[in-house]
Amino acid sequence: MMLSTQVLAAAAETAGQVSGGEKWTFFLLAPLAVIGALGMVIARNAVHSALWLVLTMLSLGVFYIVQAGPFIGMVQIIVYTGAIMMLFLFVLMLVGRDASDSVIETLRGQKVVAILLGLGLAGLLGTGAYQATRDMPVVGLDKANVHGNVQGIAQLLFGPYVWVFEVTSALLITAAVGAMLLAHRERAKGERVGQAAQMKARFEPGNYPGPKPGPGVFANSTSVATPAKLPDGTPAERSISPILPTRELTSAEIANKHTEGK
Amino acid sequence: MILAPIGFLAEALTPMSPAHFVAEDPATGDPTLVDFGHDPWWIVLIKVVGVFVFLVVMTLFTIWYERRVVARMQVRPGPNRHGPFGLLQSLADGLKLAFKEDIMPLKADKVVFFLAPVVSTVCAFTAFSIMPFGPFVSMFGVRTPLQLTDISVAVLLVLACSGMGIYGIVLGGWASGSTYPLLGGLRSSAQLISYEVAMGLSFVAVFMVAGTMSTSEIVNAQAIGHTLALPFGNINIPIGGWFFLLLLPSFVIYSISAVGETNRAPFDLPEAESELVGGFHTEYSSLKFALFFLAEYINMVTVSALCATLFLGGWRAPTSFESFWPGINSGWWPLLWFTIKVLLLLFVFIWLRGTLPRLRYDQFMRFGWKVLIPVNLIWILVVAGWLTMRKQQNLDVMDRILLVGVPLAVVVLLALLWPQKQQETPPPLEEQVAKRPEGSFPLPPMDLQVPVSPRAKRLTAERETVPATTEEEV
Repeated sequence: MMLSTQVLAAAAETAGQVSGGEKWTFFLLAPLAVIGALGMVIARNAVHSALWLVLTMLSLGVFYIVQAGPFIGMVQIIVYTGAIMMLFLFVLMLVGRDASDSVIETLRGQKVVAILLGLGLAGLLGTGAYQATRDMPVVGLDKANVHGNVQGIAQLLFGPYVWVFEVTSALLITAAVGAMLLAHRERAKGERVGQAAQMKARFEPGNYPGPKPGPGVFANSTSVATPAKLPDGTPAERSISPILPTRELTSAEIANKHTEGK
Repeated sequence: MILAPIGFLAEALTPMSPAHFVAEDPATGDPTLVDFGHDPWWIVLIKVVGVFVFLVVMTLFTIWYERRVVARMQVRPGPNRHGPFGLLQSLADGLKLAFKEDIMPLKADKVVFFLAPVVSTVCAFTAFSIMPFGPFVSMFGVRTPLQLTDISVAVLLVLACSGMGIYGIVLGGWASGSTYPLLGGLRSSAQLISYEVAMGLSFVAVFMVAGTMSTSEIVNAQAIGHTLALPFGNINIPIGGWFFLLLLPSFVIYSISAVGETNRAPFDLPEAESELVGGFHTEYSSLKFALFFLAEYINMVTVSALCATLFLGGWRAPTSFESFWPGINSGWWPLLWFTIKVLLLLFVFIWLRGTLPRLRYDQFMRFGWKVLIPVNLIWILVVAGWLTMRKQQNLDVMDRILLVGVPLAVVVLLALLWPQKQQETPPPLEEQVAKRPEGSFPLPPMDLQVPVSPRAKRLTAERETVPATTEEEV
């Protein structure tokens, strides 16, 4: 909480140049962001992988805030971390807990080559970006944020870029509708059973609507393998789960519970 | 994608400077965005500890408050043994919880299982850092606003924190390695994401009218009363400054989605006892469970405080009260008004829990996506139109009538011409009963007269008749 206060305070007063707080936040969070990215690739479990990615995205959000873009930082956290990663998690959780990636390499030496190529690409991009932005003076931030960051973005989005913005949103909506269409399953007329119809079927004659007896009810043992006794003393086979292996019951367990006289 | 229909937003937002209502109004010397970030470190520390203590005490108090109020609604006394009025009951419960055995399920994912309640709690506490408790106060000789911090996107911070808080619930459900918690976690993530959209949209009208997203300035924007100018004639209806009157639909939608966002009855599907045992926290015990519990109650306090800030004037007592008590909105007093507002809103939460049954899951989702969000979008469009119209000073009567009349006519025509489904009249009850197949559940006869119980008769006969006292006897 202390940290967040400092970061937000830093965001409030940032005006173009790198302050001490900004530097500290960067050196604290940049390693975390890199660790998150590495963890995302290395983690065996899919959910852990997603969590590492969340760490990276959160760090990115804080970077945006520190660099005088509080709106984009918050949107990064709300939309990417809060909604999109959550949907990812949603799918991953349904895959099952023990579904880990297979570690057998199908192409020999693929890992080493991948690491080398990855390092090369990172170096290329890093040096390129460094060369391009070295000694470059930062100008125009104050002018862009003169009415406030949110107002500045609104002016751009709904002013010069309104068409781009609207077309992008139309594209996204089309994609969403298309995904829905692909996942949609056409149902026949009577296939869908409503709640009222289900209730009616439940109380039809021949169906027992009440709860069934659990295993061990009125029996001499509380084991889940012991069937409940019906009022006439016969065992109720419905009370045992079908996945349990059948067990030989001792005569004491089969006997009816002694109820008369102590 | 969601913001796309609000083409008016820019026009409504851009001409106003961030502190449109505030900086140009010298009458209120109350904190604005520029007053933050100048506190010495020890004042920040005091404020952080203050917010922490406020939240923990509010949690302890709210648990007691909830149990007492629900008990009163159910005509029973509620906890009344420990301390005055049973006030120390939740403290005792909390201590007991801390000393319970901490169970780690065999199939749990140990790191994530531990991380989940921590994430929940941290997010819950962080969200409160931007709540304005009051105006400038003097703390050990330093003049400082009674608010931990404020940023230009303060309300979005609350949304971000609640978005991150979902991770606590979802991961807790997943890491338990058991079926019911997993189902509870999935339900809650779907629920929170859907209701967060409705909640976020209900903020938009407030942002447009206040012209800012910073909480302290939204509170300031509500200090001044608004006049609702009708489009034709010179009719100006004075309407209070607090946004809940001016933006009533937003207020209603926010209140509903806040209940969904905090997993409270009647929207408490992630922890529905009758379906999922305990939902996502079934496998949790001891301090980890206590953290989840703490986070839930803090979230309740947060959404109540945010409601008070955005719609109910924040820390301000009604401005008209200033005529007979000029100092009502200065110094430390506003802290009290703020707390009272939060407690009243918390009462509504408890009232709902004591009154309403839980919704079915599909009803709940349909309500969120097909009712709250479309209504909200239309309302935002109306507000944007109204703001653009207010900006244009030189509209003649004809323009105004056209601007209001044409949309109104479209709405009326749509309502009139909307195809209606023919409602079939159900057959009378006797016919329905006669149509039931053989062997159906037995029904009592339709003309059954319930005889008076002989016990009730005896009681009436035995009761002493008390002679009515007259005025002369007293």
